[in-house]
Amino acid sequence: MIKLDSIQLQQGEFVLKNLTMKVPGGAYAALMGKSGCGKTTVLEVICGLRPIVAGKVYLGNRDVTHLKPAERGIGYVPQDRALFPTMKVRHQLAFSLQLRRRPLDEIADRVDELAQWLEIEHILDRMPDKLSGGESQRVALGRALASKPQLLCLDEPLSALDEALHDEMCNLLSKIHQEADITILHITHSRREAERLASQLWRFQDGHVTLESKAS
Amino acid sequence: MKQAEGSSHATPGNTVNAGFKVGSDTPFIIGLCLLGGFYVAMILLMVLADLHFTDASSLKQILGKREIQFSIKLSLISCTLSTLFSLWIAVPIGYLMSRFRFRFKSVVDTILDIPIVLPPLVVGLSLLILFNYAPFKWLSKWVVFEMPAVILAQFMVACAFAVRTMRVTFDQIPLRYEQVAMTLGCNRSQAFWKVIFPQTKKGLLAAGTLAWARSLGEFGPILVFAGSTSMRTEVLPTSVYLEMQSGNLKGMLSVSIVMILLSAVVLIMARLFGMQRINA
Repeated sequence: MIKLDSIQLQQGEFVLKNLTMKVPGGAYAALMGKSGCGKTTVLEVICGLRPIVAGKVYLGNRDVTHLKPAERGIGYVPQDRALFPTMKVRHQLAFSLQLRRRPLDEIADRVDELAQWLEIEHILDRMPDKLSGGESQRVALGRALASKPQLLCLDEPLSALDEALHDEMCNLLSKIHQEADITILHITHSRREAERLASQLWRFQDGHVTLESKAS
Repeated sequence: MKQAEGSSHATPGNTVNAGFKVGSDTPFIIGLCLLGGFYVAMILLMVLADLHFTDASSLKQILGKREIQFSIKLSLISCTLSTLFSLWIAVPIGYLMSRFRFRFKSVVDTILDIPIVLPPLVVGLSLLILFNYAPFKWLSKWVVFEMPAVILAQFMVACAFAVRTMRVTFDQIPLRYEQVAMTLGCNRSQAFWKVIFPQTKKGLLAAGTLAWARSLGEFGPILVFAGSTSMRTEVLPTSVYLEMQSGNLKGMLSVSIVMILLSAVVLIMARLFGMQRINA
């Protein structure tokens, strides 16, 4: 579950007042809104990347408001993917587990498992600049999922993909949601994309989030 | 009449573009080449004039002098040390200035530019005065007019250039990498060392090269703060000055040519070695 309780934030001229939102555990929620309206800011607040003036952030039953991003257990895939340019795909997937000092064989097994699941076994030894758009997106998803987070935050993950790849990635995101037992918050400006993937549609407008509809 | 108007509205592009021709790019390209070429030619002509004016025997004679050999050695060692110290300081300052917002940041930014805008002689004079006050005074005996003064004088100026370069380097690395690293489990230090620092290779090489070249050419602060004692604080620019004072124009030019060759070799080597490692 994600719960935002009366979040207040001020960043220059951008102001959020009394932002409240609750997504049940295991749901696939889409947050829609116009470009530049502050959707990414909401996601950054949840990840702990943007300080808030007041309010609380809950993940599951935990109050994570004052926890560091590293301690929140969230997988984050930004719009530009931000794959680390100096690391091979294999190291990107292993990164979060190495930080948690997991045993080497466990890391290797998890990397193999992710590579097989996301169909990226053939690119494990490539550098990020040698990947296509779809491959980069799969690696970014794998990197975010490696430490088995309870929440996956996706910032417009399909915005820069062509139509064929868009369909392919939609299927992959559905598969991840079904198989990984994870809550997903997906930011998009496409209603079509949101309706296809999400079980909850939220609209962000004028600094407020409203639950628009619930798919059956 | 009506029909003609109608058709002109239907195809407005054709009317607007009718007879439109874009001017040639050649004058622009020629202008760029002439202005750029003038500066490149001036640099090459200066070096060629130096080479033409001097001869192999004076070069050999100068290179045979113990004082000049010492001066070359001291220049190489002091420039390398001041470059290492500069990078050691420039990386944290560059990162701090690029990533953090704090009170009086613009004041700190201005202070960091002082060694760049200050006349070099004033930097040397200010160092000399500083070492009259405690706690620097206690070290004065081992620093002022001694070898460490050469390194400190070079460092004070070179570091400012290295800081600028490193700040631009960090500015060009998107903040998003650290943010993702932190959600994956890094603290700030881990995000810096594991994700950001490995991306600064080119910037480090540029900052190091700039600091080294700047240190090699440093003269004013060294003259004031370290003096020009042969076999003790004499570096290559000091040698040029000493040869000039003794009226030995050929000797002065020979030392200059040694400096030109030395800096060219080191800079080319640094770039080749650095680019190989970056591309590896």
